[in-house]
Amino acid sequence: MILEQLPALIVVTPLILSLVVNVVGLWDKRLCFPIVAVTLFACLIWAIGILWRVIDHGTIHYCFGNWQPPWGIEYVIDHLNALVLVSVAVVSLLVAIYAKRAVDQEIPESKLPQFYTLFLLQVTGLFGITATGDMFNLYVLLEIASFSAYAIIAMGERGADFAAFRYLIFGTIGACAYLLGVGYLYILTGSLNMADLTQLLPKLFYSKALLVGFSFFLVGVGIKMGIFPLHTWLPDAYTLAPSTVSALLAPLYTKVGAYVIIRIIFTVFDPSFSIKLYPVMDILGWIAAIGIMFACIMALAQSDLKRMLCYVIVAEMGYILIGIASANRLGLTGAILHIVNDMFMMACLFTVAGAIFYQTGTRNIYQFRYLHRTMPVTLAVFVVGALSVVGVPPMCGFFSKWYLILGTIQAEKWVLLAVLLISSLIYAILFFRVIENAYLEPREAHASAHDSGHPAVTLDKVPWSMLVPMLLIAAGIILLGIFSGKIIMHIIQFAVPESL
Amino acid sequence: METVHSTTPLLALLASLIGAFLILFTGGKRPNLRELWTILAAVTKFAFICSMLPYVLQGKIVEYTIIEIYKGIALQLRVDTFGMIFALLASCLWIVVSVYSVGYMRGLSEHAQTRYFFCFALALFGATGVALSGNLFTLYMFYEILTIATFPLVVHKETPEAIKAGRKYLAYLLTGATFVLFSMGLTYYLTGTLDFAPGGFVAGHGSKELLSLLFVAFIIGFGSKAAIMPIHEWLPSAMIAPTPVSALLHAVAVVKAGVFCCLRVILYIFGPEVLSDLGLWITLAYFVSFSVIVANIIALTQDDLKRRLAFSTINNLSIIILGAALLSSQGIRGAMLLIPFHGFMKITLFMCAGAIYVKTHLENISEMEGIGRQMPITMAAFTIGAAGLTGIPPVCGFISKWYLCLGALEAKEIIFLMVLLVSALLDGAYFFPIIYGAFFKRPKFVKSKFDEAPVLVVAPIVITAIGSLLFGLFPDAFIHFFKLASLSAKNILGG
Repeated sequence: MILEQLPALIVVTPLILSLVVNVVGLWDKRLCFPIVAVTLFACLIWAIGILWRVIDHGTIHYCFGNWQPPWGIEYVIDHLNALVLVSVAVVSLLVAIYAKRAVDQEIPESKLPQFYTLFLLQVTGLFGITATGDMFNLYVLLEIASFSAYAIIAMGERGADFAAFRYLIFGTIGACAYLLGVGYLYILTGSLNMADLTQLLPKLFYSKALLVGFSFFLVGVGIKMGIFPLHTWLPDAYTLAPSTVSALLAPLYTKVGAYVIIRIIFTVFDPSFSIKLYPVMDILGWIAAIGIMFACIMALAQSDLKRMLCYVIVAEMGYILIGIASANRLGLTGAILHIVNDMFMMACLFTVAGAIFYQTGTRNIYQFRYLHRTMPVTLAVFVVGALSVVGVPPMCGFFSKWYLILGTIQAEKWVLLAVLLISSLIYAILFFRVIENAYLEPREAHASAHDSGHPAVTLDKVPWSMLVPMLLIAAGIILLGIFSGKIIMHIIQFAVPESL
Repeated sequence: METVHSTTPLLALLASLIGAFLILFTGGKRPNLRELWTILAAVTKFAFICSMLPYVLQGKIVEYTIIEIYKGIALQLRVDTFGMIFALLASCLWIVVSVYSVGYMRGLSEHAQTRYFFCFALALFGATGVALSGNLFTLYMFYEILTIATFPLVVHKETPEAIKAGRKYLAYLLTGATFVLFSMGLTYYLTGTLDFAPGGFVAGHGSKELLSLLFVAFIIGFGSKAAIMPIHEWLPSAMIAPTPVSALLHAVAVVKAGVFCCLRVILYIFGPEVLSDLGLWITLAYFVSFSVIVANIIALTQDDLKRRLAFSTINNLSIIILGAALLSSQGIRGAMLLIPFHGFMKITLFMCAGAIYVKTHLENISEMEGIGRQMPITMAAFTIGAAGLTGIPPVCGFISKWYLCLGALEAKEIIFLMVLLVSALLDGAYFFPIIYGAFFKRPKFVKSKFDEAPVLVVAPIVITAIGSLLFGLFPDAFIHFFKLASLSAKNILGG
């Protein structure tokens, strides 16, 4: 019985409990964290249940209040969003456990209930965006996620309120654009249900109004997912936010945006609309190519680890766009795999940045000297994440990059291929710069081996509740890499539209 | 060809991987236990690899599929004759170098020894992985692991020059890897498979231009690790690393992995037929002949012993590729023999350079006059190694050079025979002054009475020197390098 209700539960559980946390927090702040952890753990079980059912029985349709589509709100979960749901659930649970002690330094204790409320609301929004099969419902949940993001980012260090405000203005413009897009579709077809739209839209493909609506969608979601050149809000907002918040938002929020774009281009609109009718894929490809190069160069110029990682996110979004722009099975497989992989990689790197900040109070790469003596575990996790982003097998980042490369070769988009390869090299410079600073201790040519005055080698002073999630994420990166074949065979190959 | 399914290849790889982590977790507090892990891992690995030798000699292939990745791609280990040569070489010399490392690192009381032994084991994991890979995809994975694991070894000294050398190393090798990644993608796109096949598998796929492009990209990619001129610059710089690293990684594991991959590309991806159709073999042969000669001329001018040896390595690596590029059965056999034989001889020379450094802190050849009186055992071993590389019988270098010369004749290209002979002459020209100076000149900077390096340093040198001699007298002794090379040549040309 409960299995039937899973698509609703995964959104409703965190939504209700976010309110509960707020109320309980007034009474005893120590109860907030256990509630959040249990909630997210439950969500993870729901998500796994959904994925298991989807693999066994195919797409799940769930009608809220038993109102039949296209009038009622319908949740449709196929292989694509089931995979995204599970990844979101895993990462948010691990980040929540990490958050327990990580917030010590950054969030005043009096604000903890609000923090956890917003945390859960954020996750609610992300689950909802992923699960829904209704264009307007998606807008509502997008705004739930966005508004909780604005508020939770503003809790950060000096200047975070300004960054959050800037983000709010950008985000609202994006939301308006998306809503206008929904309006266009509704005027043209009278429907908001995705499956219904899939049926109705092909007849209207030559309508100019539809093209305008489609463009609004791209711009709106593009702002939310931080595609170049609509990314300008992203570095400030994610750098100045509390470490935990960056560790939650940076991996998940942008990637869910990427999911929405794939959903709109490949499900709501027929792929032929963007491939044959209009040169959408070419435009996306060029945007991705320029964006990746721009973001890589900007990242090179940063000395703040978190800000550098923010530009890496912008570049990673470009990677996903390249997969979409290849417009073939291999490329899209790479894009979907990269959504999942990048969630783990970014979670890994941002939690490491947070842990380093927790112990040493700095994010400046050039102050990382001797860090390998005091934080060996954290840095080992960092190396795993960094090598994954650079694309060293058997870390997962390599595998998605491999499919992206195959996709561009098959599509004969040589510029995109070159961008993929060159950007990997720039990534190598970026991350080895950090590794060099953290691990190497420049010394004179014939200095004695027994150095003095440097910190002794110790285990990290970061609490275990932060280290363990980081280690799990790092293990996840390696396992996702090794088992990428299984994931593709059992899940992703069904998520790619037949027509490609 | 018969296939045997077995987990042995995986176990051989895991021996060094698990060893690496045991080393890491034991750490610096108990150095004896840590070194025990190193040697134990090395011996176990060698035993596992030797246990597969009988099957391979019977012409069977030992196979283990780790996991399937995508249609036509799997993480797969396949042990064939050619892979066996490299795996045997790397794992056998790892034992020797482990013992040597212990003596060397303790003799100099170096810092960060745990990191050193950890990365060493990891690098061996990569190198044997490269040897045992059944397809390009798996090979690329281990190739990258090898590249990354060697980086901390290159920068080990952490002096500004070491860090600069490390950056150079990464810049060259990661750029090379990018070329490989591109070629790998293109190969998969053209053929739909990445499995190595003796004699190649790209025949009939893609236009001539595309295949030529693919070949060039492959050779640039793997050639960066094989230090073909003009992409060799990182190798002499990387000589800043501790000597055992130069010995194993720059005479055996890393650069040999580079040539091994080049040979895989030439013989197992493209194959003789395609290459002679495209006429690419002659281009490649001329291209590497350039490195063969120029590297030796540069070696003449080097006063730093390790740098001279580095250029001699570049010369030999290019000779190996030249042998394969001739596409004749004798040439292939000679090239495949030179891989292990050069490993044995060059490791002897490097370890001698290290022994001299441990004892006297001398690095320049001009200061080593008369060293033969202080360290006669070391210099005797050095003489054997140098004679072998020059091609003087009965040291094993002669055997491989002999077959390479036959290969050049078989291919009816006298010019390459000249290249090989001139190169041997130059070898003599830069090795014999060292030997002459060591034994017949008066000591200036060294003592004139017997004072050898520690026994843990000298013993491995003696062993590899004796090994070089024995392989010269009995090229098929113990681990059957000769038979393996002949079988590989037969498979490539006949099947």
